[in-house]
This record gives sequence, structure tokens and C-alpha cells, in this order.
Amino acid sequence: MKAFSYGRARSLADAAATANKPGFKIIAGGTNLLDLMKLQVETPSALVDINRLPLDKIEETSEGGLRIGALVRNSDLAADPRVRQHYGVLSRALLAGASAQLRNKATTAGNLLQRTRCYYFYDITKPCNKRVPGSGCSALAGFNRIHAILGGSEACIATHPSDMAVAMRALDAKVETTDHEGRTRAIPIADFQRLPGRTPEVESALASGEIVTAVTLPPPPPGVQVYRKVRDRASYAFALVSVAAIVDSVRGRIRSARLAFGGVAPKPWRIAAAEQRLTNEAVGARSFDAAADAALEGARGAGANDFKIPLTRRTLHAVLGEITRI
Amino acid sequence: MDMNAPVGANALDAERIVGKPLDRIDGRLKVTGGARYAYEMQQDALYGFVVEASIAKGKITSIDTLAAERSPGVKLVLTHRNAPKQGTGNHREAHPVLTGPVVSSYGEPVAFVVAETFEQARAAAYLVDVKYDPKGGHFALPQHLGLARVPHQADGAPADSEVGNFSGAYASAPVQIDVSYGTPLQSHAMMEPHATLAMWDGDKLTLHTANQMLNQGQRVIARTLNIPIGNVRLVSPFIGGGFGGKLWVNADAILAAIAARYLKRPVKVALTRQQIFHVTTHRSDTIQRVRLGTDRDGRIVAIGHDVFSGNLRSEQVYEAAALQTRSLYAGSNRLTRHRLVPLDIPVASSMRAPGEAVGLLALECAMDELAEKLKLDPIELRIRNEPAEDPERHVPYSSRHLVACMQEGARRFGWNRRNPVPGQVRDGQWLVGIGMSAGTRGNPLRFSKANLRLDPDGVATVRMAMTDIGTGTYTILAQIAAEMLGLPLERVQVDLGDTIFPEAAGSGGSFGAASSGSALFEACQALRQKLATRAGMDPETARFADGRVATGERSINLTELVGSGIEAEGEISPGRNNQDLSQQSYGAHFAEIGVDQDTGEVRVRRMLGVFAAGRVLNAKTARSQAIGGMVFGAGAALHEDLVLDPRFGYFVNHDLAEYHVPVHADIPPNIDAIFLPELDERSNPLKSKGIGELGICGAGAAIANAIYNACGARIRSYPITLDKILTDLPKQS
Ligand SMILES: Cc1cc2nc3c(=O)[nH]c(=O)nc-3n(C[C@H](O)[C@H](O)[C@H](O)COP(=O)(O)OP(=O)(O)OC[C@H]3O[C@@H](n4cnc5c(N)ncnc54)[C@H](O)[C@@H]3O)c2cc1C
Ligand code: SF4
Repeated sequence: MKAFSYGRARSLADAAATANKPGFKIIAGGTNLLDLMKLQVETPSALVDINRLPLDKIEETSEGGLRIGALVRNSDLAADPRVRQHYGVLSRALLAGASAQLRNKATTAGNLLQRTRCYYFYDITKPCNKRVPGSGCSALAGFNRIHAILGGSEACIATHPSDMAVAMRALDAKVETTDHEGRTRAIPIADFQRLPGRTPEVESALASGEIVTAVTLPPPPPGVQVYRKVRDRASYAFALVSVAAIVDSVRGRIRSARLAFGGVAPKPWRIAAAEQRLTNEAVGARSFDAAADAALEGARGAGANDFKIPLTRRTLHAVLGEITRI
Repeated sequence: MDMNAPVGANALDAERIVGKPLDRIDGRLKVTGGARYAYEMQQDALYGFVVEASIAKGKITSIDTLAAERSPGVKLVLTHRNAPKQGTGNHREAHPVLTGPVVSSYGEPVAFVVAETFEQARAAAYLVDVKYDPKGGHFALPQHLGLARVPHQADGAPADSEVGNFSGAYASAPVQIDVSYGTPLQSHAMMEPHATLAMWDGDKLTLHTANQMLNQGQRVIARTLNIPIGNVRLVSPFIGGGFGGKLWVNADAILAAIAARYLKRPVKVALTRQQIFHVTTHRSDTIQRVRLGTDRDGRIVAIGHDVFSGNLRSEQVYEAAALQTRSLYAGSNRLTRHRLVPLDIPVASSMRAPGEAVGLLALECAMDELAEKLKLDPIELRIRNEPAEDPERHVPYSSRHLVACMQEGARRFGWNRRNPVPGQVRDGQWLVGIGMSAGTRGNPLRFSKANLRLDPDGVATVRMAMTDIGTGTYTILAQIAAEMLGLPLERVQVDLGDTIFPEAAGSGGSFGAASSGSALFEACQALRQKLATRAGMDPETARFADGRVATGERSINLTELVGSGIEAEGEISPGRNNQDLSQQSYGAHFAEIGVDQDTGEVRVRRMLGVFAAGRVLNAKTARSQAIGGMVFGAGAALHEDLVLDPRFGYFVNHDLAEYHVPVHADIPPNIDAIFLPELDERSNPLKSKGIGELGICGAGAAIANAIYNACGARIRSYPITLDKILTDLPKQS
């Protein structure tokens, strides 16, 4: 860990102004950032602690949705009665992540902005385009069990590890931000995380010094919500594949469907065509397979992660079967 | 005493205190933080941080330490240029560090930075600029089987064994099984990292260090540092787990010792979790071929087990995965062979139940495959192959109750409800299966001494250089002394973990309790003799109870006999027993698992182990050990997998986020371990056997067999992760 200075932000404006300086970095729960600093993967010269800012509320919006403060802890968000009642997929996704201790520290914004768990990214002695642009990707021809089958590039096949973000993607959340000049914007979550392309080091739409203040959820969509996480052990492991599904069906016919996938791509993966293949279709293997075909279009394994293609298909099948039986 | 003959009735047989499920006497210290571990000792020390080689093989061409030396708080940067010359030998004899410029395995320490604080040392460590000239090497075991050679491990069993004519008998056997199994590289992943605090007083060195076998460690350290053994003291009263990872001396101890001498100040170091994977030892992966030939009734006529494992090319230690195959089942034609592949990866060494832990993962699944081929119940197959004596050495077993374990386990577990046809039982989304395995583990006894003292205040004090790595050694030793001297448990003080005390075997290889406990038993006998003599009683008939010694009507308080304090020594040696007898502990494992019909996720639903392992010294700590072992077995079957990247010669997933061991949610509440009553008159004076590792041995195979029973997937490469099962799952409807 490189020596760094530490300061506590007095206000949002103060935080944004400070975070805009080169080498400065925001710390929220610290559960990802500090680990990376200890391994010298991240080497900020200063930390701006935003934990005392009043960004820890969950409020109802005038449209009938929720605004979740950037500092709301993952455990608090999962336990909120409004979330549990109307956004079950989010609550379940959060509780499927990390451990109770980590969820008590981890924040909404930090969770969205956590970095990949790619083994080579974590080891500064190994080539990694995300860490050192142009140094090469060790995972492409290496051990890539946890890597992406969709959305990756020749430069990087890392996955985004968050469970929460997958549920938020299915819910069409927006990420609210503010910058050092006080400008605010609301970024659709679909555009918030970036695909690697030739610049895997660019992971989000945030500009320098731009701070996430909240995540807003639109009013709950109709249908049954499910989050299914498939992993290598029963708890405390990242998703190999996860599916967030919100499906509205009556008497064996699907009226609407939303599907987002985790563990398979550099960002939560959502394909409109897959959802269309279900809409107004009869429940059953035929429509499920068609949806899987569309969701997995272009999927490619890199060796150790090949199994994720059939696993995604089977998991989706199981989720749709379960959700339309309820 | 040399263990040569059956021990006969003795004072422990009363089992007034011994055997009872008593709480650990050090439990309170541990949960209140009163138990101090190596890294927690003495606060005015300097802190060291290891710089690891980032290549697997080659040469250091330059090391620039200037920036690190100028970094705040830094006192010393050790490299091969300024490190003292050290003694050499194999890993078990000496552990020289900073031996560059040659690098012979990934992660080998190339520099050691010492600073006022841990953070300063770590920050400066990243400033050490090492340039290398990397060379190609041999890293992945499966790719280099052609280089395999016969290992000569001085402290191990012979690599090969042969009885009768295996190949002829196998070729003509009417029923044959010929299968290959693979087990992965594994890391001990104990909770406490390797840590040392080193202090010099003149030319005398004291090391507070996390080490399982202190006397062994003392020898290795003296030889490495070229100093007399009498100048080395190791202190290690509490150890946060070891599983073999702390059996031998690791780099932390030597680096701290060298730096502390150089700086004339105490130096402490703890390896980081990530460093442990490369800087210390691991269990080799194995490739195992099992061949079983039987007659039509399932009686084995030929049994063969070939094992490949790998190690750093300077080492002879191999994973003895075919050892149990030499004594577990009958059969007059037998062949076992171990081959070692010289590699350029970090040193492989013992990990909990070296040999059996992975050997049974192959043998006991092969037995399951054989049972299916014969259409025999797996337990019946094993009963038909129960030997009357050790089938290779033709010596009697000291005691062997494998059949009783299997039958008792079958009854308790509901084995008769098993459907032998795979894939028949469902519970919602789960395909449910049950499986079993036999378990066995060698039962060694090692030289140990003990000192016992009784003081006028009525407190008995046990002293030995034994360790307690979390298993409960303090408690069982206190129980033995209390039982023998007729004192309440609270009046026994146990002092362990210091080489100023009498030499002891330490904790490893399931020999700890038997060896240290027997030495203490002998010390108790000697003290009883002295006390009875002082009381004018016949030591043979004197009874020790309630703090008094009595014969007939006469009874004297012990405190009246001790004067200013009375001492006795005891000692145990293995004697001829290890040669004259075949000594193992036995068990039977049962597992019920569910396989998710869609995703192939495996969840353990029930586990039961039934063991016969001599006298149980404390029913509570024994059960904990056995269950801990079974959890270890579940990890081996389902999770643990240290992945080697052959391009870099290193272990990719070197942290606990990606090196998976079971978490609570992986282990069912319905897990139990039961010990059958057994006294082994010929194992040791306690009539006990080692149980520290038995729980693992076979537990993973029972799970693997249950997976096959659940869904018909016979996975011969561990761990059994869902990707391997996926193709065997039923089509989705
Ligand atoms: C062992 C382990 C297992 C885990 N398992 C899972 C899992 O299964 N599923 C899962 O989803 N997650 C898992 N996690 C990850 C965990 O969810 C994240 O570490 C956590 O959500 C990060 O939140 P934080 O508040 O601690 O972020 P921090 O570490 O404080 O910050 C993370 C990043 O976000 C930036 N940041 C934080 N807040 C803001 C803001 N308001 N505006 C702009 N930038 C900001 C920081 O600068 C930093 O770059 C695991 C973590 C560990 C250590
Ligand atoms: S997958 Fe991405 S993060 Fe991993 S090594 Fe390649 S470039 Fe780096």
C-alpha cells in the first residue's frame, strides 16, 4: 500500500471538488477499494471520505418509485420493507452477495463501482490491460473460469461482479450524480457501466470527480420477481451465472418479461430481443429456449468458462419455469 | 518406555475424567483474547515484509533497493547480497532464504524489508525493484509425467510395494476395474497466517513462531542459521491452525531471525494471506490409477494403485496416496507405486492426512464403481474383502473394527433406503443420492517426554514442548494428569509450546495426542510410584482419588507427601510395535447430497462418520476433530482447487475469495461423528489412536459416491464442481 493522505468531505460540493483532483479517490465502505490498495492495484494519493454526507436515506419518489442514497448500506437496502415488498429481486440479489459483515459496510454506490475479481487484475506482477493499458490480457489464454462469455473484447474479458447491479438493471434504475461544478445528471443504468472494447480501464460513464449521489428506481413493474444466483459454494462466492427476472404471466401466457444476467459479461447483461421472444408467448420449453438463444447470441467461451453458456441457458430455463408456476 | 507389548489394565481404565466431554481448559483464554499468538507478542519490535519472486525460475539480474531504503521508517532491506550464508539441505533439514541470484520457484522471498511499522515495511517492499532473467521450467504435473522418478523420502514409507503377481492376477480376473482419478493442488488455508517474532540475547535466539513441531523446528533453524541447537528457543503456546502448513519451518522464521540479529532488535513478520500460497507449502496434485480385479463374488484377487505427484526438484517428499491401499482390503496380488515428478513450483509438503486424504478419494470411488459392476452393495463388497491380517506385511492389526463402523453407520444413516440405481430419488428441484466410503489412517507413535510436578499447594504442573494447534491438546493432557493423580481438573496446570520444556513430538500426522499423552502417562506413573512410596504404600495397589492416595483403610492427602514439590519424568518410544503390528484407525463415512437438476450445484444434506479409534480421550474435542475433518473432506470433494497457471508457474487463485473452502452454508446442520467403544492395548499406554485426520479420510469419497448415486455423474477429477456435472443432468422440460 502506498502512503496516502486522508480527508473527510464536509459537503457534497467539497467532495466533488476534492475528488476532481488528480490522484484523489472517494472512499465509501472501503470493502473493495482498501483491498485493492493493499495489493497496490489502486494507488490513490489521497482518499476523500464521504461517509458523513447525508446520502444514506431511502425515499419515495413522486413517481411512486424509490430514491436510494449512495451511502445506503447493502444490508439496510435489502432489509427495507418497501424494497422487500415491491422490489424483491433487489433484496434477494443483495442478500446473495458477499457476507453479512461486508454487506453492513458496503454501500450502494460502492457496490455499483466495485471492480472485477479477475485473478490477474489483482496481481500487479501480471499483465492486465485493465490495470495497465496495453500490457496484455492474461486471462484470455489463461485461467478464465470466472470470466465473460458476452460483451468482452480482445483486450479484456473481465466480468462485473455485482449482484445488486443485475437486479437494478432489470428494474431500469437510474444513477444520479453530481460533479465539481454542481451539475447533476441521471444516467440510465444500461449506460452506466461500459463494455471494455479497446479501453477496459474505462469502466463507467462517470467523469473525473463525478460523484454518485443516489440510485432511483421507477415504480415497480408488474409480475413476479426472482433472483437466482449460481455459484461454486452455497454462500460467500461470486456468481458464475445469475439471472434477475421479472415476468408477468397469466394462465400460461407471458404478458411481459425482463431478464438481466450477471456473471457472464463486463456489465449486467440485458437483451431486449430475449424479452421479446417471451412476450405474448405461451409458457414452455419453446419460448424459454428462444429467449435463451437470443440472450446468448454471440456468446463465446475462452476455455475454462465455456460451461457458462449451457449453464446460463439451463439457469434461465429453471428461473422461467419457476416464475411462471408461481 | 518402549511400546513393545500390550499394556494391560491401567489406571486410565476408570475413565473418571478421561473421555468425558469436557470444555477446553484454554477456551476462555481464546474467546477473551487472553491467548496470545506469535504475532501478538511484545510490542516494541520492528516489522518485516517479504518481497516475493514474481518469476518461477531464472535469475535475478539486478535488485535496486535504494528507494526502499530511503522510504520512511525503513531500517533494513535484506537481499541475497547482504544475507548471511546459511546451512543447506532439503526443505525438512534446513530452510535457507534469500539464496539468490537463482530463483527456483515462484514466490520465493527475494528481499525482506524491515521498518518501524508494518505499513512502512509494506509500502517500501513495493519499491524494491527486482529485474529477472526468466527461464522456462516444468510446472504442471500432468504435462511432465514422463519425467517421473522413484522418490526416496528418508522419513517416509518405501515408494513401492509388491506382493504376489499383480499383473498376471489382474489380467485373468473375471471382473476388472481400471480407473484414473485426479486430485488438485490444495492449500492448507489455516486461519492464523505464518508469523514469527525473533529476538536475540547475545548469541541466543528466541522465536515466538507459529510452528506445529517445535523440537523439529529448533533443529532446522539451528542448522539453517549455523548456530548450536542449544542457542535456539522456540515458543508457541497457541497456534491458530496448521493442517501441516506449519509442520516445518517457513521463511518467516528465518527471515525474522536474520534481520533481528542484523538490527539487534526484535523483528516480527506475518505472511499475508496471498503470500502464504507461494511462500509456504501446499499439497501436490495427484494422478492416480486404481486397478481392482475380483472373482465373480467380488473377492479381490488383484489390487493396484499407482500415484503420480509433483514437488520442487530438490525435494523427495511425495503424496503417499497409495499407502492405505497396502492394508485396507484383502487380496493376494498387490502392487502400489508412487512416482514423483520434479517440478519448478513451490515446495509440496504434508497437508492434513497426507496420503489417505487424497488416496481414498480415488480408491473408495473405485470400490464404488466395482460394487456397481458386481451388482453388490458397497458395504457388502467391503465386508467380503475384510482381511484377517495385514495383507502385505502379514502381521496382525493392533485393532480393526472397520466392519462394525460400516454396519453401525448403515443402521444409523438409513443405508437400506439407498436406491442402487442412480438418478431415481427426487426432492423438488434436487436429485438426491447417498454414498458411503471406508476410512482409514495410519496410527503412528513418536518419541516424547514429559515433566510433571506436584507442588505443596496441590497443583500439578505438566510441562512439555508439545503444541496445541487448536485440537484440544491442553485439555486432554490435563484430563490424563487429573485422572492419574486423582486431582480435580482445575488443579492441573498444563504448560506447552516452549522448547525449554522436555522434547515432544508436536502436532502432526495424528501422532500428537498419543505421543504426548503417553509420555505424560509415564510421568504420572512415575510420580504415583514416588508418592506411594513416600506414603509407605504399594504403588501397584495404591488408589489416587480426591487429592489423596489410599490403600485399604489408610488415606493421606497428597500435599502432605510432596515436601517442597515433587517431580517426575516420563517418556515414550514407538518400540517394536510399529513393525510388529499393522496400526490404523478406521471409520465409515456416509453422505446424502442433492444435485440441482438444472444447474448441477451440489449441496450436502447429511453427513455421518462412525469411527473406531481406540480410547476417546475427550468426547467433545474428539467429535470436533472428526467433524472438522469431515468438513475438510467435503471441501476436498467439492471446493478446494489451487489452480496452476503453467505460463507463469504460479497459483492463480492465491486468496481466500477465489480459493474456496466450505463456508457454514455448505455444511449441513445434520452432521455427526460417532466413536465406537474400542481400546487398543497395543497402540500406546492410553490405548488410544490418532483422530486428528481420520475424519477427512473417506469423507470426500462418500460425497463423490453420493453424487453418482444422485445423478449418474461419475466425476473422476476433483473437486466436483458444477461444470463437470452439467452434461450428465437430465434434459429440461
Ligand atoms: C470476499 C468478498 C466477497 C464478495 N462477494 C460479493 C458478491 O458475492 N456479490 C457482490 O455483488 N459483491 C461482493 N463483494 C463486493 C462488495 O459488494 C463490494 O466490495 C462493495 O459493494 C463495495 O462497496 P463499498 O462501499 O465498500 O465500496 P468502496 O470500496 O468504498 O468503493 C468502491 C469504489 O467505488 C468508488 N465510490 C464509492 N462511492 C462512490 C460515490 N458515491 N461516487 C463515486 N465513486 C464512489 C470508490 O472510489 C471505489 O473506486 C465481495 C467482496 C469481498 C471482499
Ligand atoms: S480479463 Fe481484463 S482484468 Fe483480467 S487480465 Fe484481462 S484485461 Fe485484465
